[in-house]
Amino acid sequence: MAVLAISCTSDSEFLEREPTNILTQDQIFTDPDLPLTILADLYNRYKDFGTVKDWASLSDFNVAYWSEAGRYGHFQNTDRGYGDWGSWDYGYIREMNLFLERLEASTGLDESDKSRFTAEARFLRASYYFTLVQRMGGVPLITNTETYDFSGDPSYLQHPRETESAIYDFVIQEGEAIKNILPTDANTKSRATKGAALAMISRAALYAGSIAKYGATTSQVSLPGGEVGIPVAKSDAYYTTSLEAAKEIISGQAGNYALYNKKPDLSENFASIFYDKSNNPEAIFVEDFMLQSGKVHGFTISNQPRFGAEEEEGGRINPSLNLVQSFETLNGECLPLPNKDNSGNFITYDEIDGIFEGRDARLKGTVIVPGSSFKGRNVDIWAGVQLSDGTIVSGDSRGQQKEFPGSNGQEQVVGFDGPIDGLEFTAQTGFYIRKYQDPKAGSGQRGVQSDVWFIRYRYSEVLLNAAEAAFELEQPEISADYMNQVRSRAGITTALTPGDITFDRIAHERYVELAFEGLHLLDLKRWRIAHKVLDGISISPDEITQDICDVTKRETQPYGLWPYKIHNPGSPDDGNFIYKVVKPTRVTGATRFRFGNYYSEIGQDILNNNPLIIKNPNQ
Amino acid sequence: MESKFKIMKAIYSILFLGIILGFTSCEIDNYAEPDAFLSGQITYEGDPIMIGFNEVKFQLWQSGFGNEGPIDVHVDQDGSFSARMFSGHYRLKLDEGQGPFKANFVNEQLGDTILLDLNGDQNINLEVTPYYMIRNSQYNMTGSTSIEASTSLEQIITGEDAKDVERVTLYLNSTIFVSSNNDENIARGDADISDLSNLSMSVDIPENYTKDYIFARIGVKISGVEDMIYSPVEKLSFTGNL
Repeated sequence: MAVLAISCTSDSEFLEREPTNILTQDQIFTDPDLPLTILADLYNRYKDFGTVKDWASLSDFNVAYWSEAGRYGHFQNTDRGYGDWGSWDYGYIREMNLFLERLEASTGLDESDKSRFTAEARFLRASYYFTLVQRMGGVPLITNTETYDFSGDPSYLQHPRETESAIYDFVIQEGEAIKNILPTDANTKSRATKGAALAMISRAALYAGSIAKYGATTSQVSLPGGEVGIPVAKSDAYYTTSLEAAKEIISGQAGNYALYNKKPDLSENFASIFYDKSNNPEAIFVEDFMLQSGKVHGFTISNQPRFGAEEEEGGRINPSLNLVQSFETLNGECLPLPNKDNSGNFITYDEIDGIFEGRDARLKGTVIVPGSSFKGRNVDIWAGVQLSDGTIVSGDSRGQQKEFPGSNGQEQVVGFDGPIDGLEFTAQTGFYIRKYQDPKAGSGQRGVQSDVWFIRYRYSEVLLNAAEAAFELEQPEISADYMNQVRSRAGITTALTPGDITFDRIAHERYVELAFEGLHLLDLKRWRIAHKVLDGISISPDEITQDICDVTKRETQPYGLWPYKIHNPGSPDDGNFIYKVVKPTRVTGATRFRFGNYYSEIGQDILNNNPLIIKNPNQ
Repeated sequence: MESKFKIMKAIYSILFLGIILGFTSCEIDNYAEPDAFLSGQITYEGDPIMIGFNEVKFQLWQSGFGNEGPIDVHVDQDGSFSARMFSGHYRLKLDEGQGPFKANFVNEQLGDTILLDLNGDQNINLEVTPYYMIRNSQYNMTGSTSIEASTSLEQIITGEDAKDVERVTLYLNSTIFVSSNNDENIARGDADISDLSNLSMSVDIPENYTKDYIFARIGVKISGVEDMIYSPVEKLSFTGNL
């Protein structure tokens, strides 16, 4: 008995020991490094619509074809699921709320650290609500942690959806409340700054304003309680907020942000925005990566030009002709790429990239066209040899050699980068992507990968936000000024006058400037033109090169442009190139965006658990 | 020796237990299979409403079994539907924005919800009010190169809720599924819609078409309404023409 009694007491003492493998709350909120680790986790869970960590998310909706055998099905499908792009991570919101509450209650931290951490967590929380409202419409707004009391009745934990505009208002108010607490420092890129808060306000208010204005054209995409849809009367106020926030950044009140303009070659300059991480004045808020830290990504591995690459893969994103031809000429005209003359004959070019001469410098900064190079090595993109009688000799493996009438023995008949229809990793549209590709040696190796950052907000977008808001507020002079800053950086020589500014101009500028940055679908949604542009009807070969800058032009299928080498000894055209418009044969579907896709479906489990939540329209 | 016997005994008792479970489980675990079969058609004044395949669905709800979840019923391209169900009381709800029609108003309390008392097999006509009805569709073959069609539209919903016609299109396909869906047509042609009572359109048959029959159908896109309304699918044979 005695032995037993002794053993019990000693056991309880034994069990009451300070844990050595977890930190208590009191311990965490004394040393500023420890809350920072929690914050780092919250930063890491920031939810992007498109990101370099998932190359497909940046290149969807037929701005590109996906040259990967397992992904062709994407272009044979028509509809997208109603639940696509949905998000409902209230666990993340709870952890941000918990962090804020514990920070508030803590006493061991410096006031300056505490206020900065608080502002950062509020920035992340507002960012997530912004993401939610873009995808789901109005959602329950939870800004405190809630605890179940085990009474058997959880109904007090059920909250209805707020209106869509209430969530946008929350995002804007939070941004306004924290912008002066956050550091005013243009060199802090991966943590929240005043610039990041203002850029968020500018984008959120612009989205809200356009939903209010253009939502009036699609009354079926709304709910009577305002959970989806914003009254048209609110549009001007939102546009004003957006313009003012953008102006605060442009006037330098948030730090020295400017357009990136370090390199004389304007295409190289444009590509550098996305990989130059030293003193880059354009990036405002980014997700940063670091080599040998575990936080790296494989965007370059997935998309590098396939021939001679550092690994036996790459070439997945093939930008479509639809996008490539949208880049204007240097004097600011929307013209198709001239592959045929007026009488329908092919135009021949001495150089393989001749057809791309005189285009907006952003074209070659965004897309690797035939004849350009990556990491100092030329890409080898050409589809075949055209003989004098019009027959085409091509191959079905990369860089294949064949004998053909008039050839000098075995000659190469197709580029090492293709295009070969249906052969994955070749440039099946005739193009590879350049934006976000990392030019450093090793970036294409699986063991090294890339540390190029992903830019969430950049100065150029802020300018375009301001241009759009100013246009909607009938201030075309301001709008033209901002548009011209963006366009002249791209080498376009003809300035726009205030009279030139139209909705189509602005929408088109966003399409080319912000391509592959994960913003295009969000634009189509807020302008309520997604169901027109993606109407499920295939694009005919005649139609593809028409109305290039028309914002409601169909984007249901990706097309390509293939160069062919002319073999006609004795003719002046021998060795020259012609270009043919093609549709990859794997593209058999045509993307259709239904009214029910404007706001993602709320899961049935969520509706079941909380009868106050109403479902989104048209699903 | 004794331990081996114990192991054998244990194995036998496990096997025996398994046999007992095998005999009993079927009876105790399983529910009776669903005993009711709901079938029917979406109609207007008895005429079926033709739509695209897999475009329209409605929901059945049943109370009394914990959290409610809807049973989605998808409607075929000829407006018919069917669902294998348990007998019981159901509420049938046509979703807002589904189909080229409006649900009929039942009464103040129910709105447009229809109460169903399902018991055994049951066939129902689900009456709705379409924006338009397609009347008198005629198809003509011009040689074996193109199909001509004519039709007229009758506007059903007038007044405040009336909607305009955006386009009227003739679709051709090689299979019985014909719609605006890109996978379900091989050729299409729009009609001039200035006179809705007298519409005609013509579509060329694709040059590489090899079958000796083709399916044709006329679809009407109503502006602001996603799902189109169609005429019945018509099978046209080239026999004699080829």
